[in-house]
Amino acid sequence: MAEKRHWLEHPATQNFLIPIFAVVLSFAVGAIFILIVGQNPFEVYSVLFSQTLGTSYGVGQLLFKTTPLIFAGLSVALCFKAGLFNIGAEGQLQIGAFMTALVGMYTVGVPAFIEIPLLVLAGMVGGGVWGFIPGYLKAKTGAHEVINTIMLNFVAAALVSFFVTNLFNVPATVHTPSIAPTGRIPRFDAVFSGFEGSPVNFSIIIALLAALFVWYYIDRTRYGYELRVVGLNSKAAEYGGISVSKNIILSMTIGGAIAGLVGTNYVMGYKYYFEEGFSTGTGFMGIAVALLGNNNPFGVILAALLFGMLEYGGLVINTMVPKELVSILQAIVIIFVISSNKIFRKILVNFLKKRTLSIND
Amino acid sequence: MISQIFSLAFLAQTIRITVPYSLASLGGVYSERGGVVNIALEGIILNGAFCATVGTYYTGSALFGVACGIAGGLLTALIHAVVSIHIKADQIISGIAINLFAVGITKFILEILFQSSSNSPRIAGLPHIHLGFIESQPDVANLLGNPLVIVTILIVIASQFIIFKTRFGLRLRSVGENPEAAETVGIGVTLYRYYGVLISGALAGLAGAWLAFDQHSFTDGMSAGRGYIALAAMIVGKWNPLGAAAACLLFGFAESLQIQLQGGGLPTQFIQMIPYVATIIVLAGFIGKAVAPGADGIPYEKEN
Repeated sequence: MAEKRHWLEHPATQNFLIPIFAVVLSFAVGAIFILIVGQNPFEVYSVLFSQTLGTSYGVGQLLFKTTPLIFAGLSVALCFKAGLFNIGAEGQLQIGAFMTALVGMYTVGVPAFIEIPLLVLAGMVGGGVWGFIPGYLKAKTGAHEVINTIMLNFVAAALVSFFVTNLFNVPATVHTPSIAPTGRIPRFDAVFSGFEGSPVNFSIIIALLAALFVWYYIDRTRYGYELRVVGLNSKAAEYGGISVSKNIILSMTIGGAIAGLVGTNYVMGYKYYFEEGFSTGTGFMGIAVALLGNNNPFGVILAALLFGMLEYGGLVINTMVPKELVSILQAIVIIFVISSNKIFRKILVNFLKKRTLSIND
Repeated sequence: MISQIFSLAFLAQTIRITVPYSLASLGGVYSERGGVVNIALEGIILNGAFCATVGTYYTGSALFGVACGIAGGLLTALIHAVVSIHIKADQIISGIAINLFAVGITKFILEILFQSSSNSPRIAGLPHIHLGFIESQPDVANLLGNPLVIVTILIVIASQFIIFKTRFGLRLRSVGENPEAAETVGIGVTLYRYYGVLISGALAGLAGAWLAFDQHSFTDGMSAGRGYIALAAMIVGKWNPLGAAAACLLFGFAESLQIQLQGGGLPTQFIQMIPYVATIIVLAGFIGKAVAPGADGIPYEKEN
């Protein structure tokens, strides 16, 4: 006879509750830091929320910060489904964004309906190559992708730094010349009123489409099914005739390509050039976003919104508490998510056990 | 030209760069030999540097500062140990979170204490031992007479002995290689994994203290990727103390060469890549096989 499950036992409920639990808990810990500075946590948090969510300018800033986090989060989440840990989104997005800028600066005069897809593709190819390398090395030599992606982050940073200080820069700067005007993605404030001055642009639509793609690919296609089987049990996959190495290479390449789309936001939608140091750890934040979003594409969007809010929120509370409070919050969220996955389930099991016992008495 | 490059000053430069790499890299060896991946080295170095600076600034004692650096490293490593060993959460993510946390918390406190989110006031350096030679180059003499240089060399040699020739080392390696087997012969897996991670915290904290004294202040993000280079050196050195230290020396040499050749020769960025590319090549098995401890990164689940 099938036993009836308590609603709390349902994995979907837990997947939903744990991140919320972790976020609430980290805001509580953050309150301690606020108290140390001698401020009122309620005041600081209310400013944090009202200045980010309460004004259209704030929302615009928040969405601008959210877009790259969606790409990075999706990249990590997709690889994670295949059982791979992509710590290399940072390097992939560097190479991808640089490629976007590079192709953009040499293709002046191409009409927008070709130029925009071309630059998007350039970013995907750049990021894809940078994801392919650790995927290939893992598949062919067994070299751990975690170490290789970390190393490739540094190689990517050095490489683009070399390019924008020596070869492709505007003299005396560390950025490339502007991309062709037809490659620009319009800002929100060019279309809607109310977002004036905030850099949010239509690349966020690309981010949402990417999320939809990842969901469809993983949940609805044969390739996605294979990828998940490899992630769950690579030995079983091999027995079932699924090529593990092909899937490792493929998922790292697609993951890299998605990370490479970050350039659509910054290069095509905001500055119109690639600049050294444009990404301050977006790739690493993507890991947190994927984790908090439970590696689900729609969860990733929600988590990216939260982290985007925090990233912009640091600036609005800076007069009350040091803006680094948000980095601390982000770090604590991560630690709580990975810990509560274990702790929360254990507490739950104990709680349900006791309940059943007392009912049986 | 050659003699200009390979001067005493160059040697001193190489040592200056190598010391913090080696300390952190050895930390990585202890942690991973015990079966816990420690990507948190970067954050531990940063917190160590910060605590060393603050400790020295408020007491005026460099020795106390060094102790604070080690304590800061230990505390940071303790978070990683609890999350990885007790809670059995993902060690890699824990490390990343701790690195992020270190960047945030150091700047946060920096701002509270010194009203600056970028750097601390100046602190005195470490006292050095008078060696009585090479007086013509006081910088070099001071560096070679720096007690931490001597301590680092001793730690490298001692670690090779501890890990491979002592009972402690054998047990540490056994919990990293095959925790189930270790448990059956009565070795406390949890305890030894704590030892490994905490030793790595102390060593990386000391590396941070070195940076703080070397620079006479704390600046934000001053670990500047050294924790990752240390990790790379650990792999290139195949999880052996002497190997890791040798890899650090190689990386330090390359970096020093880059500083020396500033403006000429290879672009600096290509020299920066050396440690990372070397690691990728070694991992791919082109130069012998780099094999991590058997249970590295896998939480130990006791059977019921």
